[in-house]
Amino acid sequence: MKAMLTGLLAWTDARFPLSKMWNEHLANYYAPKNFNFWYYFGSLALLMLVVQIASGIWLTMFYKPSAAEAFASVEYIMREVPMGWFIRYMHSTGGSFFFLVVYLHMFRGLMYGSYKNPRELLWILGMLIYLMMMVEGFFGYLLPWGQMSYWGAQVIISLFGALPFDLGEPLTLWIRGDYVIADATLNRFFALHVAAVPLVLLALVGAHVLALHEVGSNNPDGIEIKENKDANGIPRDGIPFHPYYTVKDIWGVAVCLILFAAVLFFAPTFFGYFIEQPNFVPANPLKTPEHIAPVWYFTPYYAILRAIPDKLTGVIAMFASVLVFFVLPWLDRNPIKSVRYRGPMFKMLLGVFVITFIVLGYLGTQAPTVAGSELGFRLGQLYFSFFLILWLHSKTRAASFNYTVLGIVAVLFVFFDAIRFDADKATLIFVSSLLVIGYYVFFVLGSMYTKLNEPKPVPERVT
Amino acid sequence: MKRIIAAIALGLVPLVTLGAGGAPPMSADTDITNQKSLQSGAKVFVNYCMGCHSMEFMRYSRLADDIGLDRDLVAEHLMFNTDKIGDLMTIAMRADDAAGWFGVPPPDLSVIARARGADWLYTYLTTFYADSNPARPFGVNNLMFPDVGMPHVLWSLQGVQSYVKAERPADVISEHIEGIEPNDKGLTLRAAVTTKDGKTSHVTDMLQVTIPGSMQPAEFRRTVRDLVNFLDYVGEPAKLARIQMGYWVIIFLAVFAVLARALYKDYWRDVH
Repeated sequence: MKAMLTGLLAWTDARFPLSKMWNEHLANYYAPKNFNFWYYFGSLALLMLVVQIASGIWLTMFYKPSAAEAFASVEYIMREVPMGWFIRYMHSTGGSFFFLVVYLHMFRGLMYGSYKNPRELLWILGMLIYLMMMVEGFFGYLLPWGQMSYWGAQVIISLFGALPFDLGEPLTLWIRGDYVIADATLNRFFALHVAAVPLVLLALVGAHVLALHEVGSNNPDGIEIKENKDANGIPRDGIPFHPYYTVKDIWGVAVCLILFAAVLFFAPTFFGYFIEQPNFVPANPLKTPEHIAPVWYFTPYYAILRAIPDKLTGVIAMFASVLVFFVLPWLDRNPIKSVRYRGPMFKMLLGVFVITFIVLGYLGTQAPTVAGSELGFRLGQLYFSFFLILWLHSKTRAASFNYTVLGIVAVLFVFFDAIRFDADKATLIFVSSLLVIGYYVFFVLGSMYTKLNEPKPVPERVT
Repeated sequence: MKRIIAAIALGLVPLVTLGAGGAPPMSADTDITNQKSLQSGAKVFVNYCMGCHSMEFMRYSRLADDIGLDRDLVAEHLMFNTDKIGDLMTIAMRADDAAGWFGVPPPDLSVIARARGADWLYTYLTTFYADSNPARPFGVNNLMFPDVGMPHVLWSLQGVQSYVKAERPADVISEHIEGIEPNDKGLTLRAAVTTKDGKTSHVTDMLQVTIPGSMQPAEFRRTVRDLVNFLDYVGEPAKLARIQMGYWVIIFLAVFAVLARALYKDYWRDVH
């Protein structure tokens, strides 16, 4: 029996690089031995992709992409299809978990400088995956054909209407295929959601993994393990991905699935965050819901959009807030990769960015208020300032350079406040500006006159 | 960083206060494992609601099986529109006729509990009150859904409530209800009123049953609770099975996690 199997393997290897691929990507792929908690999320993202594809295939067997039948077919899945509710909740929970896992995965990249040389392309491929996930989520959210599906899509599509030179209206018409969101829109969104975007996603994920295995994984110390090899050319701080990280990731998968099951079985709508309440009312083109909010994973960007009074500027800022991640490797040129050796200031900068992102996300779920929009505007400024400060901290700058940058930012931000100035909100605008002023004073002057931004020595080997 | 966190936290405070408003619903305190309550709710639903509201995603047969009633019993006492136990709970009223009569067609109630929440429904159904405004077609209004098109269908059970308002300052510019509590004669409404000079004071209003129905207020609230419980169950009939299955899945995964961790630790013994 064993001889037969060995023979079959040899036969296959002569015709297909099976053993070669196994070795290159698993058995002889050396990963740093010091991965921590944050390194589970790559494989968990892959798990979520598989969950989404598998549950999605089963959903398409019962779902009907037609304006007249879509809502009822979802309820049909929830009630009449055996275990249909399980498949549907798997898909709805999986969507949110996929984003959660990817956000944590991206945060890991920010912490340990995983986007820096030589991993720029790896980062860009990852960002393309993230972008495609957003597109996928947007198309998918229309399919249940509830009120929030309908009006959420209405809001997002209308954003394209802000384009100048009379391009906006024809473009939105082209996207919808009708003058309002209708059957035609649902049908094309279905096609894109179940075929086009998943194909692109799979290809990008393949490219992401290939690029990763070409350059090798980063690690919490941000030290290249390939620079310290033994006589056999094996990194001294590396261990074969299989079996070490495969068994470790199985443990990670188990914990992730427990959390996943807890949501799926005990709180599938997750208090209105994963499935919004108004989406249990069938889409009604004549009745706008009181408060339209996208799903939680879009809300930070939605808050930025809403905080800017001018629609076109808001749309540009919203897209820029996503796209700015693409150029991150060229903004942050600081040679030290890991947060561990970059000094306390980087830790604070990152911490403030995370808080900014979360609070923006919270604001995006809430009905707009005057104070909320103002806070959203300021946090939007802090959001972009994070990238500016990263660039500024890439190396030690001359004092004159720092002050010039401060001056330019001050002029720009005062200009923004001047054009949106409203006497009724004067106090609010002045008080909230302290947030931005404090931010710049701390992160620019603090790096010049304190030791907070002094890096620590980077060790030779991983710890 | 602490300064910045504090600044952000301070910035959030006004948001939270501005976000308040609208009457907070009473707790419906439903329990979909209580089959007696579900049966009572089903009875109220087919007798009082189903003239106008369908449940087009629900089948009589499933209803019978899930709430512990014999299918023959359901056929005899709960099915007025059909004699096929496998039929969906549809109604004969046409949507465009209904729109003419009520302004909007009465919505299908299959998933209403998921859209509105049980607490909201419970409070909505108990807070109809007499409104003599000639613009109100059925002579009633509602606390949770002002100017609603629906008549007070359960009036023969509850009777008619009057909105007894406590005396308040003359120059009130805004008011909102902060809490609703049941009492012997109806409901107590705690309201906050804001006057022109920006001062807020508290008053206690009442929704008091002035024309009695066939039930005492407490009995009526129990009946509405059963009805809402039934609506909650119909919103997601799989909920009971879902929660029961959840415990087993988590137990299985927990055992799997322990084994996976042991395997991982064993493999990693030689990594230093």
